[in-house]
Amino acid sequence: MANFYTDTPQFKHYLQHPLMKRIVELKERNYTDRQTYDYAPIDFEDAMDSYDKVLEVVGEICGEIIEPNAEEVDHNGPTVADGRVTYAKNTQENLDALNKAGLMGMRFSRKYGGLNFPMVPYMISADIVSRADASFQNIWMLQDCGETIYEFGDEVQKNKYIPRVVNGQTMSMDLTEPDAGSDLQAVMLKASFNEAENQWYLNGVKRFITNGDSDIHLVLARSEEGTKDARGLSMFIYDKNSGGVTVRRIENKMGIKGAPTCELVFRNAKAELVGSRRMGLIKYVMSLMNGARLGIMAQSVGLCEAATREAYQYATERRQFGKAIISFPAVYEMLANMRAKTDASRSILYETCRFVDIYKELEDIARERKLSPEEREEMKYYSRLADAFTPLGKAMSSEFANQNAYDAIQIHGGSGYMKDYKCERLYRDARITNIYEGTTQLQVVAAIRHVTTGTYLQRIGEYAAMPVSPELEPLKKILLKMTEMYAKLVERVTAPKDEEYLDFHARRLVECAGHIIGGYLLLHDANKNQDLFRRSAQVYVYYGRNEVVKNYNFIAQAHVEDVAFYKPDLSE
Amino acid sequence: MAFNIIVLAKQVPDTRNVGKDAMKADGTVNRAALPAIFNPEDLNAMEQALGIKEQFPGSTITVLTMGPGRAADILREGLFRGADDGVLLTDRAFAGADTLATSYALSMAIRKIGKFDLILAGRQAIDGDTAQVGPQIAEKLGIPQITYAENIEAIKGDRIIVKRRLDNGVEVVECPLPTLITVNGSARTCRPRNAKLLLKYKHAKTVTERQVENLDYIDIYNSHPYLNLTEWSVADVQADSKLCGLSGSPTKVKKIENVVFQAKESKRLGDNDVEIDELMRELIENHTIG
Repeated sequence: MANFYTDTPQFKHYLQHPLMKRIVELKERNYTDRQTYDYAPIDFEDAMDSYDKVLEVVGEICGEIIEPNAEEVDHNGPTVADGRVTYAKNTQENLDALNKAGLMGMRFSRKYGGLNFPMVPYMISADIVSRADASFQNIWMLQDCGETIYEFGDEVQKNKYIPRVVNGQTMSMDLTEPDAGSDLQAVMLKASFNEAENQWYLNGVKRFITNGDSDIHLVLARSEEGTKDARGLSMFIYDKNSGGVTVRRIENKMGIKGAPTCELVFRNAKAELVGSRRMGLIKYVMSLMNGARLGIMAQSVGLCEAATREAYQYATERRQFGKAIISFPAVYEMLANMRAKTDASRSILYETCRFVDIYKELEDIARERKLSPEEREEMKYYSRLADAFTPLGKAMSSEFANQNAYDAIQIHGGSGYMKDYKCERLYRDARITNIYEGTTQLQVVAAIRHVTTGTYLQRIGEYAAMPVSPELEPLKKILLKMTEMYAKLVERVTAPKDEEYLDFHARRLVECAGHIIGGYLLLHDANKNQDLFRRSAQVYVYYGRNEVVKNYNFIAQAHVEDVAFYKPDLSE
Repeated sequence: MAFNIIVLAKQVPDTRNVGKDAMKADGTVNRAALPAIFNPEDLNAMEQALGIKEQFPGSTITVLTMGPGRAADILREGLFRGADDGVLLTDRAFAGADTLATSYALSMAIRKIGKFDLILAGRQAIDGDTAQVGPQIAEKLGIPQITYAENIEAIKGDRIIVKRRLDNGVEVVECPLPTLITVNGSARTCRPRNAKLLLKYKHAKTVTERQVENLDYIDIYNSHPYLNLTEWSVADVQADSKLCGLSGSPTKVKKIENVVFQAKESKRLGDNDVEIDELMRELIENHTIG
């Protein structure tokens, strides 16, 4: 029996992180749910046991159903007819299995029928589902949109929609339009209010909508006539039951072919306003996107894992020159780097999840009662870290997913170029991860302010202050040296106070911060669990050092004027 | 309409993934090397039961298993998937049972459970492969039986319509309730464990388990009676201990042999009756068949 949870001991390590005590305490509010719900935990240990047991079910479904279905899902994909999408048969089978297992809406509180899971075990599920089938992870993760309804919707909307999500109805976030991709301020889909009917109507076109024929849509639309920027946009819920939206076409994509990417036509579609007018992009989409970015991080980590395993297995089986190719340094070095990148991405993912867990739970508690000054401080602290780590982690893990998928094919040699091997699908699937939910370039835009304001450096300082075993001290020294170089670079790039110069080097700075953070997280993982992380810690720190030195050399010898050599001449 | 269903399930060593150390030197099964699992075809039976429960709300499912204390796992696995109740038939006196003694013990437990409309079981267990226990129980209870079932097509009033999977095709049969049905591996696979049920029943234990294990949570068994799994002994089901276990088993294992298949020799026959008749005679003479 293949089980994608139990065969990866790293998950238990992250589940048992010391901060989980605080997270579960916040999430379970003194375990009071036990009085009302027979499936609520009795205490901390019981809650941890529950996460473990449910993840085992997720792992089994992924290993036994979703992964074996993935190849056919990729081949057949969804179809569209008469404006409606039908999933590939196996995709539907996956959904049915997860539904019967009660794994939809895991994060929602029990009063809506959810499992009240923190972000950490929820994202472990997402990580595992992605390893099984990245395209299916898309469909499954969109349940997250329910969180936006929970945070910003009214009581009626929460009670109406969240239980439906828990019972397996799918969701989509309808943001992108033909002329509004990275720049969502340009959204044109029109929302008009009919006073007589007291009803909002939507008209227009959305494009590249993942799972666009879902049951419940969140739609970003222009509610304020005559406006042209973000301040004229509001968020709406469109319920498929009310009709008015058809799927004009589904895209023929390179990868994640199981997830239908739709062009939607809204014709007088009835919709409900979420929260306040004009806050659609400014507040709600930003929150929605943060959740979605975490989801893509998990998707990337799952892909990293899948690619590493595929490559490893092939390298042990494939024999050339009389021995398995894994025994050649050129091959095992690649494999070791793939494993290290996977582990580093995963460590950053769960670190970010912990930050999100704490601040989101405190935010939620603040809806029930006033927070103490200490709690407010705690919320602010973790919220800032989550804000800093989300774009950084999304950028790093999605780039690593691509690198690992690339290397997996390289290790397969000519066979990897054929459609016969899974690594080919992984390569195509991975390619979207550093594009959607904000390209890596846009993650850098979000992350750079934490380079300049020192959020990363401060956190790195906290990691450095944590003790490690003497055996790991040499690695720590390397990380301290890398940090020194990074700090110098930040100084150098910010000194001229030239925005364009900073933007030009931003990616290099963010990457440096990422390598140091990834290195420290693995260092501390190895400190707790030698067997599992010692090698990855070493390999990753060496790899990161190389990258930091490279960036250091580039920036240390660069001048503000150099940018001109890169800048296109737009005068013509 | 609602039905009372009993699902017969067995905990078996997972013989599908047999490693090098699956057999001990003395030729017996090394149970420690093989994980104990829910007999696969019993899971198919479980799924058929769950399908009926979904279709006819108010129906109940009781999982019945016979085995050592750890077979309580099977009851929990049933509860995690949607069963309402579980009974573990366990007693030293049940040990060493062949199919006759097993079917006797299970039939006595079924009598004790009392009212039922339907008994569902897997066609056979992967450790014994006899396919006898289900039919024998039906005989002992004096109810009709349907074997090799692939799907319960419908229940209309007190009649059940079942599709059977046979060597050369399918057969649809109708039969009055109560009845016993053994389900084939070709039937639809069982649904996964349900997260909420898993969390609801994860602490469910038998009396013996509660005594043996050093449990963290004691008071929940009083506040949540459904966490107490039923455990019955020979006396509880009023069985005659002479008919149970080894003493109730006419089957005696004479010898166990490791058979290594080797296609050393082959013989090519012509396509005529004479040569085929000759081979048949040869096979009967050396007791390969017959």
